[in-house]
Amino acid sequence: MSRLNISLPGLDLKNPIMPASGCFGFGREFAKLYDLSILGAMMVKATTIFSRFGNPTPRVAETSSGMLNAIGLQNPGVEKVFHEELPWLEQFDVPIIANVAGSTIEEYVEVAKILSKAKNVHALELNISCPNVKHGGIAFGTIPEIAKEVTARAKEVSEVPVYVKLSPNVTDICEIAKAVEAGGADGITLINTLTGLRLDVKTGRPIIANITGGLSGPAIKPIALRMVYEVSQRVNIPIIGMGGIQSAEDALEFFYAGASAVAIGTANFTDPFACPNIIGQLDELLEQLNINHISDCIGRSWKLGATSNYRA
Amino acid sequence: MIQLEEMKITEQKEIATNIFHLQIQGDLVSQIKQPGQFVHVKVAEGIEPLLRRPISIAKINHEENILSLIYRADGKGTSLLSKKHPGELVSILGPLGNGFPITQHKGKTALLVGGGIGVPPLYELSRQLTSLGIRVIHVLGFQSANVSFLENEFSRLGMTYIATVDGSKGMQGFVTDVIEAEKLTFDCLYACGPTPMLKALEQKFPDKEVYLSLEERMACGIGACFACVRPTTCGDGYKKICSDGPVFRAGEVVL
Repeated sequence: MSRLNISLPGLDLKNPIMPASGCFGFGREFAKLYDLSILGAMMVKATTIFSRFGNPTPRVAETSSGMLNAIGLQNPGVEKVFHEELPWLEQFDVPIIANVAGSTIEEYVEVAKILSKAKNVHALELNISCPNVKHGGIAFGTIPEIAKEVTARAKEVSEVPVYVKLSPNVTDICEIAKAVEAGGADGITLINTLTGLRLDVKTGRPIIANITGGLSGPAIKPIALRMVYEVSQRVNIPIIGMGGIQSAEDALEFFYAGASAVAIGTANFTDPFACPNIIGQLDELLEQLNINHISDCIGRSWKLGATSNYRA
Repeated sequence: MIQLEEMKITEQKEIATNIFHLQIQGDLVSQIKQPGQFVHVKVAEGIEPLLRRPISIAKINHEENILSLIYRADGKGTSLLSKKHPGELVSILGPLGNGFPITQHKGKTALLVGGGIGVPPLYELSRQLTSLGIRVIHVLGFQSANVSFLENEFSRLGMTYIATVDGSKGMQGFVTDVIEAEKLTFDCLYACGPTPMLKALEQKFPDKEVYLSLEERMACGIGACFACVRPTTCGDGYKKICSDGPVFRAGEVVL
């Protein structure tokens, strides 16, 4: 019997591991390397109404145990995603979580309406947290009332459950989480990237053309864990956790913190086989730890009490 | 097909100031299709540095499954790589990208123009062109003599001109100065080097068959992260340097 299957609103997952949006394109590149059907789900690249080229290059810079990116929501637009990318993915037995972005509430609504009709889209992920676009994106994710409204409006039109991806660039993550829950969100995904900066030692100028970028990778894992830990105790909807996961051990920490599934982002860039590796390792890890099912781990950190009772 | 492999270092030596020649052995060598392709190198285990480093392939030895990388150790990652010894393993993802197409036939002339650390992929290209009976002329530009390399190897394959910015070797100036001064003619031009050099060549030979190998900061190297895109010159399209390139026909993308 599998110890990895998880059921979430709209999503019957054979395992709780999925690539994070923006780190996997629409799967075409990875499909050349392994069978995408082994993934729990797939969060595909953010989609807007019209195609976007995104920001000028350079768009990435390395940081200590992490990286900055400012891609700028490059995507082919909702029509192409709906008619080309999503149908192509139907050959795989994997539920798709479609990431919805926009610069106005109306755009979120329109994209959500279209993408939720796709056969293999089992849930939407509202991207109210992209730090790299001038209009929209993060602006919707930092003001609770607006976060609530965009969630409610997308819920009205969506034919599948709606998850909302939160930004860590806020003072109180729980306030935003409660706002999107009140707006009718079926689940929360967190965290998106943290706004950061790197400068060129020789020129003194920012390395990324957009000046700032979103920080991801192992460097942000403690922040992501803390936010999952806090939010999962304050809302009654499930959380898909993400932020710097590189291994099954990292993934397990997110379950302990309160996540019901996890997404793998930056790790796909250094090891394209990161997702299948973590799926295999997680099963072995649970076996080693005598854990019957991954669901037994969800929220263990706060269910057991905050202090560690480890003694040397 | 792209492979991820722990390849064995068979040789590493400094061939000019901070320029290293690394030879690595493994099965993925058999997958290399074209000169101008590259590999993505994890210079250290673990998460520091996190990202791989894209390095072009300088020479392919199919008989012994060995490929050569020539790189400049000027950052944290490449400096770490330069400290690795023969016998050690290094994680390689590759071969990646599309290299230089060989469209000419026996008796034709190809001009190969390299700038600095853009020179290495031209070496394998030149080896393959000459083996097909295509005449090659090389113009190699460097900052100065102490960072110049592969001059003898290129000379064995064909006429080789050197330009240095400070005049410490060859002609003082840029590669384009050499092409003009020597009145070099050719049927096809291949170039790899800094963007201003590529731009100058594209503008100088608008009616010729010119192929340019581009460079950009990249994360995944396989086309998934959209870090290394360039707009196309016509329409509102784009190309990814890692997976559509790194070699493009001049005029295909905005430099």
